[in-house]
Amino acid sequence: MTAAAGGADARVALSVSGLRKRYAGRAVVDGLSFSVPSGIVFAILGPNGAGKTTTVEILEGYRRRDEGEVRVLGLDPARAGAELRGRVGLMLQGGGIYPQARPREILRLYARFYRDPQDPDALLEAVGLEDVAATRYKVLSGGQKQRLGLALALLGRPELAILDEPTAGMDPAAKAATRELISGLRDAGTTVLLTTHELADVERMADRIAIMDRGRIVADGSAAELAAGAAPRLRFRLDRALDPGDRSGLAADLGGGSLRDDGAPGGYLVDDLDSSPALLATLAGWCAARGLLIAELRTTGATLEERYLALTGNRALDD
Amino acid sequence: MTEPQGTLPASSAAMATDPGMPRPGNAAPALGSTLAQLGMELRLTARRGENLFVIVVLPLILLVFFSLVPALTPNTARPIDFLLPGILALAVISTSLVNLSIATAFERSYGVLKRLGGSPLPRAGLIAAKIGAVLVVEILQVALLVTVAVGLFGWRPGVEWSPVVAGAAFVLGTLAFAGLGLLMAGTLRAEGTLAAANALFLILLLLGGVVLPVDHLPGFLADLARVLPASALSDAYRIGLGSATGDALPSLLVLAAWGVVSSLFTTRLFRWE
Repeated sequence: MTAAAGGADARVALSVSGLRKRYAGRAVVDGLSFSVPSGIVFAILGPNGAGKTTTVEILEGYRRRDEGEVRVLGLDPARAGAELRGRVGLMLQGGGIYPQARPREILRLYARFYRDPQDPDALLEAVGLEDVAATRYKVLSGGQKQRLGLALALLGRPELAILDEPTAGMDPAAKAATRELISGLRDAGTTVLLTTHELADVERMADRIAIMDRGRIVADGSAAELAAGAAPRLRFRLDRALDPGDRSGLAADLGGGSLRDDGAPGGYLVDDLDSSPALLATLAGWCAARGLLIAELRTTGATLEERYLALTGNRALDD
Repeated sequence: MTEPQGTLPASSAAMATDPGMPRPGNAAPALGSTLAQLGMELRLTARRGENLFVIVVLPLILLVFFSLVPALTPNTARPIDFLLPGILALAVISTSLVNLSIATAFERSYGVLKRLGGSPLPRAGLIAAKIGAVLVVEILQVALLVTVAVGLFGWRPGVEWSPVVAGAAFVLGTLAFAGLGLLMAGTLRAEGTLAAANALFLILLLLGGVVLPVDHLPGFLADLARVLPASALSDAYRIGLGSATGDALPSLLVLAAWGVVSSLFTTRLFRWE
């Protein structure tokens, strides 16, 4: 994964290298680097507070970076003007639409900001808002507001769509329709950068995923690569729970991997270890020496979810 | 990392795959975008009933009431000659200070300004659309108030009236109060702007020579009133409409100074979100 050297490469829609942003001395984005080739759906996945929104707001030109290089369609978003904004479609968290305005009216207004916009009525239908086209924004449901935000992002036939939490607040049917719409964008050649904390989003839409935590990218690749990239794990259940001293002793003997509780008492999980025959022999010998019975033993590869939880410090997934 | 570039469908080839070709942006020309936004601003203004009260009904009530009950007005042959210029000044204040600041402050708190800032509409275009909408509303206010003054009270401009002075007062007054209104909207919270705009409206109504001549105020208040843009605007209007004689230039300069200073502060301090 390399950042584009210059701005002229049309095959790179977006590149970020060494990006840093601090608020009140705390690094919210802390040395971020990634690049997004044209024509793919790229997802930044991470828990709330990982720095996803700060990152996209720098890419959108809303925030100034403290350090690093950023190119969006070859341009620096901190300096680019209306010309770049005509090529990038944005979906912000929180809408940003007049409460008294109506969906069709808003799309018609924004359509006049583009030389060659999509047809507002066709777009309303595509996002399923034709029935509320003349309803005031403030009485729309959360999911309808989100879909209008998505329609606004697509209105100007963007080369790059930056979507911040596009499925947040939607019911399952709207989520599915939105994922289909976003996948359709890629098929039409639009590059999509989206943020999400929902694994279902990235599993169903994203060609590439960057997992972000505490301002850094901790892993990236396709969903399959990320899951496969995790070392096999060892799960086992003993006939009784270990006391803390034994627990750390076992972890040390196994080679320093962390020993985590897994389900029922006596159940343990070891990450990032090679489940080699020698490792299993070590475990069995350690247990035999202490009169412990291994009731269950399984070596397994991680799912994307397990990988994500392991990488983001096992903090809770929202929703 | 793994996505093969060759799988892009043919329909996208023109936009995505030729590195040598500069791609045309899809931003519309700024003028058309600005006019579209101006239309939206006017529609939204018409949709907000509470604003229509402040910009239409209140000036009309004050004009009619104080013309019929000339308790506070003096110095001119008829109350309407004093009142109409003052109420025209109040109309400018209600639209370019009160209405503009409150609407813009709430748009800022709802993220509307941020969302528009991410569209191809230039920020200068958004400001121009807002000022343009203010001017359109003010022209309608002038037409309504003058029509009522002529129809109900037989008002005619004084013999020495000057359309140039009246027009300059209109434009400079709008810029001064719109600058102040945007300064509040871009720096205070929405609720703070709402409170400050209403308080200023009342203060300027009382101290701005609108229904009460500045000369009738106690000395220190009169001194304060003379440097406020409201009394400068009503004085300039009175000279422009021939209700008073004298040199309008000092008043117009006061208005221009308020406009320049408030615009400078607004440019530096305005926060879009």
